[in-house]
Amino acid sequence: MAVNEKHIKEPLFHITKRTDIPKLTAWGIRLIAVLAALIVSALVIVTITSYNPIEVYIKMFEGSFGSERKFFILLQNTAMLLCVSLAVTPAFKMKFWNLGAEGQVLVGGLSSAACMFYAKDSLPSWLLIIIMLVTSILSGVIWGVLPAVFKAIWRTNESLFTLMMNYVAMQLVSFFIMVWVPNGSSVMGVLNQRSECGWLPTIFGQKYALNIIIVAVLTVVMFVYLHFSKQGYEISVVGESENTARYVGINVKKVIIRTMVISGAICGLTGFLLVSGTNHTVSKELAGGMGFTAIMVSWLAKFEPSMMIFTSMFIVFLQKGAGEIATAFRLNESVSDILTGIIIFFIIGSEFFINYKINMRSKHKEAE
Amino acid sequence: MKKILCAILAVVLVFALAACGSANTTSDKANTADVDVKVGLICLHDENSTYDNNFIQALKEVQKDLGLKDDQVLIKTNVDESDACYNAAAELVDAGCDIIFADSFGHESFMIQAAKEFPEVQFCHATGTKSQTEGLKNYHNAFAAIYEGRFLAGVAAGMKLNEMIETGKITADKAVIGYVGAFDYAEVVSGMTSFFLGARYICPSATMKVTYTNSWFDIAKEKESALNLINSGCVLISQHADSEGAPKACEEKGVPNVAYNISTIPMGPNTALISSKIDWSVYFKLAINAVIEGKEIPTDYCGTMKEGAVKLTELNEKAAAAGTQAKIDEIKAKLENGEIKVFDTKTFTVGGKELTSYTADVVDEGDFKPETEAIENGQFAESSKRSAPYFDIKYIDGISAL
Repeated sequence: MAVNEKHIKEPLFHITKRTDIPKLTAWGIRLIAVLAALIVSALVIVTITSYNPIEVYIKMFEGSFGSERKFFILLQNTAMLLCVSLAVTPAFKMKFWNLGAEGQVLVGGLSSAACMFYAKDSLPSWLLIIIMLVTSILSGVIWGVLPAVFKAIWRTNESLFTLMMNYVAMQLVSFFIMVWVPNGSSVMGVLNQRSECGWLPTIFGQKYALNIIIVAVLTVVMFVYLHFSKQGYEISVVGESENTARYVGINVKKVIIRTMVISGAICGLTGFLLVSGTNHTVSKELAGGMGFTAIMVSWLAKFEPSMMIFTSMFIVFLQKGAGEIATAFRLNESVSDILTGIIIFFIIGSEFFINYKINMRSKHKEAE
Repeated sequence: MKKILCAILAVVLVFALAACGSANTTSDKANTADVDVKVGLICLHDENSTYDNNFIQALKEVQKDLGLKDDQVLIKTNVDESDACYNAAAELVDAGCDIIFADSFGHESFMIQAAKEFPEVQFCHATGTKSQTEGLKNYHNAFAAIYEGRFLAGVAAGMKLNEMIETGKITADKAVIGYVGAFDYAEVVSGMTSFFLGARYICPSATMKVTYTNSWFDIAKEKESALNLINSGCVLISQHADSEGAPKACEEKGVPNVAYNISTIPMGPNTALISSKIDWSVYFKLAINAVIEGKEIPTDYCGTMKEGAVKLTELNEKAAAAGTQAKIDEIKAKLENGEIKVFDTKTFTVGGKELTSYTADVVDEGDFKPETEAIENGQFAESSKRSAPYFDIKYIDGISAL
């Protein structure tokens, strides 16, 4: 009998899905992934730069926590990235692939800048800020809802549509800067630098405080909206299966359009915060790729607003660290980008081990 | 058990290697310094951009000359023209910098913001236009009379065109230069015009076609623009954009190229002729020394060829026409003693007429309105009233948009 059994060739390993992994184990796996990433990164650091990896990691840490200013920049950048991530999340949960956050943020920012450019200091600052806020949100909504309407009515592909809207937004920004800045330099410069009209006020002596508070509130609102509201539930049903949604009497078209209004509005708000509360100017680089990074933030957090606080902060932490390493060790920033890449690769990879189990070929049979 | 042992060994190995690494770094920083100054530099891109690289290399050279340590010279790369620039400046102040440079035009507003907040630190902004109107004691602009360098680079181009005509490769009327510009901004227009005037000084039948990429750094677009120009009949290319796109396109097509900022001979051994560049080390040294000695930095500084702030890189003898170096030396001497003026109004016409009067936008009050007469003593007085170029005539006869 034993001879027969030997002929059944068992593969070296096979993969099974696991569904009920304890939270602690899941976090353990993630922690191992980070440690493994740090070790591989250390090897890379040593082979290509011959620096001490521990020194490098300390510097990386200092990039975000080295001073009060750096810490607030970390919070500010996290808030902005989180804001865009909150915007794309309801759409993603509905399986509407909004790749157009970049453009939606840009038009939002452009509208704010337009208000500042034309109003200059003719209006009281608070009034101008309200006008900027409304126009930014409206333009974000327009940019977000257009693809949604086309998707809902004519079943167009939303990924392509939203993606292309990004380029339209970029060209619009270039166009307006060309109109506003006739000398051809394509640099808008800070708007209302002397009067500070239309600038979000500094509170608690921190110019980013208001940005951070607004996004913090928004995070809570989004959490409640997704988890405890009827609309939030509708979004997840549509995301799971449109047919089921239709069967239980959900108006799928309405949900798609409504959700993209929200998505676009929050992107528009981000644009407003970036112009009124941060840069006080507009350029093609205003969104700086956040529209795409936000997708990763949202996915890593499994569309969970509370987790997105950590994922967005982690990504900003890596970015800040990369810059700090580049300055401290005079490395080209590409080196630090490699490290960031390795770390993110391991973290995304760890999700595989959380969702699947690898079963090695059992050895006991041979031992018999 | 074996696996665990393997894992432990691997980790130990990593840290062992790490220890070797740290030994190296300490010896790197051995060059000692007694000078008590800390310098910061903010760059829009990194070394991959020829423009930024020119700044970075110049500052490293000055660091060596002044005997400063690595931690006395902090370089921040890939800093956007946004609030990020203000933050970078503020972080450099926090790190103890006494003087901070920024290299991109769009950094200006944010440097001014930082200058207002940190009056005890000196802020020096290259290519900017606002130091004279802002009236801040610790905010300064700098540029160089790069039009002189461009003119000389144009001489090398003219020599090459003449060689092509003499060898029968082209006829005189086909001596068309192609120019890849970033934006139709005064800095670019001034550069292309002086380059063209230099080329036409040597090859009178030369004409030039211009195209813009609308970006300071876009490898693909710069390459594509250069190829478009070549396909439309241009026999020599020059550019004012910061990537290697155009020189590489030229090398592929075997078309001579005149570059800017760095020598492009490594990427175009058969086609790169020469490059003009600003040597920022002259200004860096001047400003840093001023801080060390407690002297004032000029509000608006314009480096000249005589001081060595404007330079030509090594001539590529393999690609250039015979006698080019001698010609360049001859014209350089004439430029320095004033015998030749780059923007001599007798050497060019606009709309068929000689220019007798031109109001340029020199004083930057954000209104984009020209207010200053720029024609003086029979020439367009470039960079004499403000270091950043203000020659923005599009175009003098002979230059046209593609």
